[in-house]
Amino acid sequence: MIKLIPRVENSKAMILLSPLLALTLTALSALIIFIFILDDIKVSSVFFTLFVLPLTDSYLFPELLVKAAPLMIIGLGLSIGFRAGIWNIGAEGQYVIGGIAGGAVGLYFYNVEGFWLLPLMALAAIIGGMLYASIAAFLKIRYQVNEILVTLMLTYVAVLFLSAMLQGPLRNPAGFNFPESRIFHDSAMLPIIWGGTRLHVGFIIAIIISFVAWFGIKKHMFGMQIKISGSAPRAAKFAGFNDNKTVLYSLLISGGLAGLAGFFEASGPAGQLTPGLPQFYGFTAIIVAFLARLHPIGILFSSLLIALSYVGGEEVQIEYNLPSSITQIFQGMLLFYFLACDILIKYKVVLNKTKN
Amino acid sequence: MNESLFINIIIGISIASTPLIFAAIGELLVERSGVLNLGVEGMMIVGALLGFIVQFHTGNPFLAVVAALLGGMAISSIFAFLTQFLLTNQVATGLALTLFGLGFSAFAGRGYTEETIVLIKAVDIPVLSDIPFIGPLLFSMNPLVYLAFLMVYLVWWFLFRTKQGLILRSIGDNHDAAHAIGHNVVRYRFMAILFGGAMAGVGGAFLSLVQVPIWGEDMTAGRGWIALGLVVFASWQPFRIILGAILFGGITVLQLHAQGFDIRISAQYLSMLPYLATIIILVSLRIRLKNKTNRTVPNCLGRIFHSTS
Repeated sequence: MIKLIPRVENSKAMILLSPLLALTLTALSALIIFIFILDDIKVSSVFFTLFVLPLTDSYLFPELLVKAAPLMIIGLGLSIGFRAGIWNIGAEGQYVIGGIAGGAVGLYFYNVEGFWLLPLMALAAIIGGMLYASIAAFLKIRYQVNEILVTLMLTYVAVLFLSAMLQGPLRNPAGFNFPESRIFHDSAMLPIIWGGTRLHVGFIIAIIISFVAWFGIKKHMFGMQIKISGSAPRAAKFAGFNDNKTVLYSLLISGGLAGLAGFFEASGPAGQLTPGLPQFYGFTAIIVAFLARLHPIGILFSSLLIALSYVGGEEVQIEYNLPSSITQIFQGMLLFYFLACDILIKYKVVLNKTKN
Repeated sequence: MNESLFINIIIGISIASTPLIFAAIGELLVERSGVLNLGVEGMMIVGALLGFIVQFHTGNPFLAVVAALLGGMAISSIFAFLTQFLLTNQVATGLALTLFGLGFSAFAGRGYTEETIVLIKAVDIPVLSDIPFIGPLLFSMNPLVYLAFLMVYLVWWFLFRTKQGLILRSIGDNHDAAHAIGHNVVRYRFMAILFGGAMAGVGGAFLSLVQVPIWGEDMTAGRGWIALGLVVFASWQPFRIILGAILFGGITVLQLHAQGFDIRISAQYLSMLPYLATIIILVSLRIRLKNKTNRTVPNCLGRIFHSTS
């Protein structure tokens, strides 16, 4: 019989090894799936396109960084709440609202030049995301309503709101009734930092935010507070930490960052508001946060990893006509394996013969 | 209001609320055992797909529903295995299940997006359905609607009228104590999770077999999450699930009729109603309870159980 024996101390080796094990298992499962579904295409070339090409190809690599930026920013925000046991699952909604808010400011000042426009748009996006997340915070603090359900329901509402805006006030007046906004003018577009690609300044900002979050959690009192609120709620109460403040701040931070990511998407790769703004980043960022064990620097890496699967998935779709939903399957599987492998950190697995 | 419009509205409500009843009553039993499975949306969409595929190929609605049931069960077994044997975090695992289920069904169903099937029709119960007014209202429903109500009754009966139900509830309230007096916590929870998966699968299949004859990868549209909200709204009491589901069905039907009547609100704002209603209903529940803690919440909900002995 297989038995689990709790370890006295968490295994340090396993903390590093278990993600690698999870990755290996995901790759193996991917291999098995491919052997099943691919008839006349070589499995090895699909594998190469999916996992290696995005790192080596001069067009795909910057695309990988473009995709990693929103995942990193949203994942960072979510990780702060998750540490405190505040489950903001609807970052996708805050992302959409941020995109609408930032985009609306850009469209309001259409053709107005000025260095102040981008910061203003970013500010609008952050405030938009914060306000939207604060609905869940208010309802949780005032009425103890579960934030998971509220943020999720508001995600569906946000996507419908985007659609209403694109058929109404934000629709391109010269767009033949297509539900799309005007294409942003130059001042409302994020500067490109790698000529000839779509890589924009948002990526650098994402990295800066990672380090700020890292120092914040290490040095700032609030970092301590959310850590303890999550792991030992009673102790946190005795220490005089305010539950409500934890709820409010972690939702505001994650909402604001999700909003910022929405603005980066709209003013970066998209360049306008379209119904395609929601890209599932808000949900995928949950995987990003978990894979990193909620650690800011870990998120830097896990967002790159997940971005790799996005870009690789799109590429096999183009080259081999495989559905891009395969990416989502791998991401889900990776999280399953990762959660499962984590048991090796806290428990020793032993095979023992039953004896009495 | 004329009689046939009234009957149509009632039937519309029953059609809109049945998937929620299935998914929520399954999740209710799961949560009563102390497990929080956030994968309802993922299990529903898998059920919707499998039901559709089997109906498309065999044309046999019974097989289609069974396939959806087994599919929901199969995917929930991943969650059961991870949370019960590998002691993973239930919130994270449930979310992973939803993401995986959505991805899996989008992938596996890619060849079916342009197909249509024969819907499962309502059945007139002989003699009884001929009674004026009451007949078409109560005895000419879709068989799955009756099944949903039956499941609610059965779950209530199981939880409150059988020994196993009592054990399941005690496990949900205090798994350590239940374990100490010799009950197999993991086995009960595993079974409960599989039941929840089966019900979510059937609920999902109702969407693709009764509501619309097509398959779409986003056809659950948050109903799994609304079902989770319903369990909270019902305060973990089976019969209140029906009340909550009818409320949502009513809002959905209202929204559809309003769109038909050309009211000057864009369709998007009307479509927001079910989601906003979920939030409003959860808030109103808390207002009704004032500041009292909800005593019906299973105490061990979401907590990991590991026996050392």
